[in-house]
Amino acid sequence: MAHTEAEVLSGLAEIVNEETGLAPEAVEPSKSFTDDLDIDSISMMTIVVNAEKKFSVKIPDDDVKDLVTVQDAVDYIVKAQQA
Amino acid sequence: MTSTVVVTGLGAVTPLGTGADATWRAALAGTSGARTLTNDWSEKYGIPVDFAAPIDASVVEENLTRVEAKRLDPNSRFALIAAREAWQDAGAPEVEPERLAVSWGTGIGGAWTLLNAWDTLREEGSRRVMPLTVPMLMPNGPAAAVGMEFSARAAVQTIVSACASSTESIGHAFDQLRSGKADVVIAGGSEAAILPVTLSAFSSMRALSRRTDSPETASRPYDIDRDGFVMGEGAGTLVLELEEHAKARGAKIYAEIGGWGISNDSYHITAGEPEGRGSILAMRQALETAGLQPADIRHINAHATSTPVGDVPESLAINALLGPHASDAMVSATKSMMGHLLGGAGAVEAVLTVLAVQNRTAPPTINIEQVDPQIELTIARDTPQELPAGEIAALTNSFGFGGHNAVVAVKSV
Repeated sequence: MAHTEAEVLSGLAEIVNEETGLAPEAVEPSKSFTDDLDIDSISMMTIVVNAEKKFSVKIPDDDVKDLVTVQDAVDYIVKAQQA
Repeated sequence: MTSTVVVTGLGAVTPLGTGADATWRAALAGTSGARTLTNDWSEKYGIPVDFAAPIDASVVEENLTRVEAKRLDPNSRFALIAAREAWQDAGAPEVEPERLAVSWGTGIGGAWTLLNAWDTLREEGSRRVMPLTVPMLMPNGPAAAVGMEFSARAAVQTIVSACASSTESIGHAFDQLRSGKADVVIAGGSEAAILPVTLSAFSSMRALSRRTDSPETASRPYDIDRDGFVMGEGAGTLVLELEEHAKARGAKIYAEIGGWGISNDSYHITAGEPEGRGSILAMRQALETAGLQPADIRHINAHATSTPVGDVPESLAINALLGPHASDAMVSATKSMMGHLLGGAGAVEAVLTVLAVQNRTAPPTINIEQVDPQIELTIARDTPQELPAGEIAALTNSFGFGGHNAVVAVKSV
């Protein structure tokens, strides 16, 4: 069952909150994971693994580097659900 | 430049309480931290021991943020809580990061993390094994967590010598200060190994008490019917500092670390050498480095784990070392109350030894119904015992699988 874009954003925000303690509302679509949210590579991988589980998608390691902003990740997950 | 090493801060997370003071007061009251475990491990896996001296989950919830806890193995969680307490207790000393060191001990490391990762791997596959698994399970995890917390840029070292680990870590902290490599050292040790695998393994070697009907009275060092140790968990921390540094900043000083000793039995992988030769060597070194005579030793926090074979050689060693003065040393076996914290035991017992010397009170040894006639010691039995006024010294002993012996000498100030 596919999640809507809004559901993916809020689900992702929950995952980021769980991993970093950042308030879910701080996880805005335009924010960069590294530059704005200060998420390091290990935390990013943890977030990716948790997102794969939550949304039943696969995000290959090679694609993770392209997920610069929160919106990039939301788009990727929404698209991957349909694949 | 004086090279006297003093204790300026204490911290503890133990089965008796959260905080050095809470632990000390519970110990004086003769409290047992042992209880039946609320999980289903015994039933599910057939483990013959269903009790231990655990720390409530609420302790971590109340003292660490959710994110802090999530990124640390339980071992490191206890370490960080105890280290923060000791640091605050020491007055959060201003020290250059390059002059601040950490000397930590653990016996098992991050076993909980490793076992969880293995479960995840088997049940969900490699992809679900979390990226933080290695830094969480590595045995230097607690030292690294404590070091980062306080920006320690001198040595951040981890001593792994089973149940002697964190007495040894205090000794190495002493050496760091004496050799001029640091002005302040956060010394301590921690363990969080109450797990089905370790309970099974220690049970298999018959090391654990099987008094499942009475966990509170199961740990009974020196009692004729002792049948093994009770597993505990937690952490202890001492902030050690050069006396000159402590005095310059007006810090309160609990006691002096006079010296320490270290040796190995080289006899058997788990059993101690029956006459306690290795223990004698370590205790003698502690006296010598501290400039102490046998008559100065008025208190000993014994290793005494409550195993049938373990408690006797230490008694022999104390008598061999102190001779006619052995009876003047009031001996406390505090594992009777908090169980055996393995790699964390030495640090917590050092905290108690410092408080005993400062308060002139030896904490009690509980649960002795009849003293084993092979034990010839003056035991602080059932109730706290007063220690003499004036200049006194104490020893805290720890011995570990692998033949390790470590002893720290504490002097009154």
